[in-house]
Amino acid sequence: MKRPLLEINNLSVGFRMNGSKQKQSWAVNDLSIRAYPGEILTIVGASGSGKSVLASAILGLLPGNAISSGEIIYDGKNVDKELLNKLRGEEITFIPQSISSLDPLVKVGKQVRNFASDDETIKKQRKIFKEYGLNRSVEKTYPFQLSGGMARRVLISTTVMKNPRLIIADEPTPGLDIQSAKKTMDYFKNYAKKDKAIILITHDIDLAIHYSDKLAIFYGGQIVEITKAKYFHQGIQYLKHPYTRALYRSLPTNGFKPIPGSQPIPDKDDQGCIFRDRCECKVQICDSSVNTQKFEDEMVRCNVDFTSEKYRLPV
Amino acid sequence: MNITHYIIKNFMKMILLIVLVSVVTFTLAVNSPIDPIRQYIGTGTVTDDQRDSIEEYWGLNDTKAERFVKWSTNLLHGDFGDSIIFRKGVLSVISEKAGSSLFLMLSTFTLTGILGYIIGLFMGRFRDSIGDRILKSICITFSATPTFWVGMLMLIIFSVKLGIFPIGFSMPIGVRADEVNIFDKIYHTILPALTLTLVFIPNIALHTRSKVIEVLESDYVLFAKARGESQKSIMKNHVIKNTVLPAITIQFGSFSEIFGGSVLAENVFSYPGLGTTIVTAGLGGDIPLLLGITIIISIFVFIGNFIADLLHLFINPMIREEEI
Amino acid sequence: MNRRKKSKIILVIIVAFVLLIMISGSMITDEMLAPDFSQKNQLPSLKHFFGTDWLGRDMFLRTIKGLQNSIIIGSIASLISSIIALIVGGLAGTMPKWVDHIVRIVIDLVMGIPHLILIILISVLAGRGVRGLLIGIALTHWTSLARIVRSEVLQVRNDHYVLVSRRFGKSNFYIFKEHMIPIVLPQYIIGLVLTFPHAILHEASVTFLGFGLSPEAPAIGIILSESMKYLVNGVWHLAFFPGLSLVLLVLLINKLGENLSLLLNPYLARE
Repeated sequence: MKRPLLEINNLSVGFRMNGSKQKQSWAVNDLSIRAYPGEILTIVGASGSGKSVLASAILGLLPGNAISSGEIIYDGKNVDKELLNKLRGEEITFIPQSISSLDPLVKVGKQVRNFASDDETIKKQRKIFKEYGLNRSVEKTYPFQLSGGMARRVLISTTVMKNPRLIIADEPTPGLDIQSAKKTMDYFKNYAKKDKAIILITHDIDLAIHYSDKLAIFYGGQIVEITKAKYFHQGIQYLKHPYTRALYRSLPTNGFKPIPGSQPIPDKDDQGCIFRDRCECKVQICDSSVNTQKFEDEMVRCNVDFTSEKYRLPV
Repeated sequence: MNITHYIIKNFMKMILLIVLVSVVTFTLAVNSPIDPIRQYIGTGTVTDDQRDSIEEYWGLNDTKAERFVKWSTNLLHGDFGDSIIFRKGVLSVISEKAGSSLFLMLSTFTLTGILGYIIGLFMGRFRDSIGDRILKSICITFSATPTFWVGMLMLIIFSVKLGIFPIGFSMPIGVRADEVNIFDKIYHTILPALTLTLVFIPNIALHTRSKVIEVLESDYVLFAKARGESQKSIMKNHVIKNTVLPAITIQFGSFSEIFGGSVLAENVFSYPGLGTTIVTAGLGGDIPLLLGITIIISIFVFIGNFIADLLHLFINPMIREEEI
Repeated sequence: MNRRKKSKIILVIIVAFVLLIMISGSMITDEMLAPDFSQKNQLPSLKHFFGTDWLGRDMFLRTIKGLQNSIIIGSIASLISSIIALIVGGLAGTMPKWVDHIVRIVIDLVMGIPHLILIILISVLAGRGVRGLLIGIALTHWTSLARIVRSEVLQVRNDHYVLVSRRFGKSNFYIFKEHMIPIVLPQYIIGLVLTFPHAILHEASVTFLGFGLSPEAPAIGIILSESMKYLVNGVWHLAFFPGLSLVLLVLLINKLGENLSLLLNPYLARE
């Protein structure tokens, strides 16, 4: 089996509130995923559930009041500050959500070039802009002058300028028309084929199931299932976790059925299953512990026994 | 709002304020329970001619409205009346004394601006470090300290104990005014300027500090780091770019405070400028001079505020770009 | 320890301290402040904490009395200022647009003239002395508080429950009293507490220059201005300790305002 390029084991990220040492809130609780070269892994979850924190954690850019535990392993090496400093922007790149990630007082072109002014970089930047249908004049504009689609293309070009081995994209397509969205996702697909790893973070399930290889289902600060995207096309019986199945049923093409309740706030001291309050399969043991089951490169955190005959094994 | 529209609107506001200052000060003066003008005339130290011209200028026998019209017309012609103490035109007294004050203010303004900004940058960049915390306490302490006491401390330390700097005035005693050279002037201005600088750096430093922190915590600096920008590049290309103009704006907006402070500093060091003059005028009941100085200084403050407002405009590229 | 609890404790301590100054100030008799020529110009000692002046008067006692005076004048002036601010800010927020415009211009005007100069002008024209000083300080410190009141009122004014009240035909005054004051009050109190140190500093400054209390009354400004004469001869303790006490008082009251703000306005808890 291939070696993962990025391995995250038992990551927990929390924040200290208002300068006091006691109060903490957790955004990510005991999360584990693996990103393989040549694959698009999409982390799917509800908006605002803490997925962006994950991106910051991987890049080593958590704010000062953050506390984290767990390990992050890149290319077989445990990452530390020094390593991340070298990797950021070169081997690992990030594509942010919104235009607010660009300095409002600096011209767009300069930012895409990272303030380099040598001929080679300038030529490269102009070539990439051209490829993405951005006019030559765009490089001299300010961020606020860009339309939604143009902004997205500019943000993507910051990554294209480099040759990363791992791309992390946070909500790459909101506000884009179908054409641009398709184009963006095609770019990712093509890039992945060159043996690169891509992690997408989104709440758009539809997008995820059409363009990813694997889906990591994010709920309550944890990954409750890692499954193959194609299962969503093959039928609900291939999906394991009750929440994943609920997501399947919630899709417009599958009945658009929501489930009552809302996501709980992660609690580090809670050892039971995070989904138990909304789960149709809940049993007594779910209150105190949850089983992590691994099948080849899939995973599910649930006390239901998926090895029994009721489930068809994936092809 | 259109850029020219904005500039004109603010300019008119400035003019209005200047006019109002004259109205208000005049009204206060003529409605004062002690009616200083009459008092002065009654003391018998004026000749008949002088009394006539003073009555004429202040229109003591006219109605209030008439008096105001007469007075403001005089003002517009540059005639602020005569100083009671100095026995000559108010404007000429002011222009004599203004030179030294301007020199003091200019040095203070520049020093506080540059040093204050640099300190603010440092504090923001190294937030919560020992250096930042010490500087913060120093800033907060100096903000609570009356300017004149700081001046006195300076006197104690530098002039008395160490004997490095002169005790006061703006030039060596016993030397003719035209023989004093620029170095002497600077030498005598150092302590008052130092005093004012210490008192006014905290304001701009603390403001810059919070702006720097705001920038360092922004989305775009986060992305810059994600793109591999070095800390040096971030400071130079993002932090400074986003904090210099706000700092300058604040500086221009603190004209009012700095003028007030310089009045105190001048008095502690017996530095002959508008500050000491205003006290002399006040203590001596020289209303025309007092009014004159108030109005002139207010004009400077309003101009300063106007410039600050304009700078606010230029900070925002959205408005700048509309010109293209 | 809980942050709120800490703030409350600090609050109580500072208020107690200020009260202590007030009370001990009143207990100081003229006798205690009397000259004693045998003790001229002494440096601080156990007998005289802050030393003595050229007349042999105990500096510590004079300073306490001076602080007491400053506190009294500062309080009265701040109180008057804050009432002006409340009225002006309230009017600006509740009356039609043109009133607001006028108020804004007036605020810009008063803020434009350097405080010190305006205070000197007003106190001279009002006839010097304590009265002139009080009027001067009161008439210059209402501006920032008025701005705060105004913005709070404007914010509340457009809130839903006010609009409903208006539909019911309630008068502007009623709305001001019943709806706005409860929201505006916390900011107002904090603003009031923060105006206080400014008032004290300005009082000291203006008195130092010669425009306030008479030279006999022990005010910090007077004490310091008199000590100037002796400064040039190397006598420093007359200026140092009284000034330091003033700085401490101002710092304490600022701290008080900070903690009060923490208690009343939890959003500001982060830096």
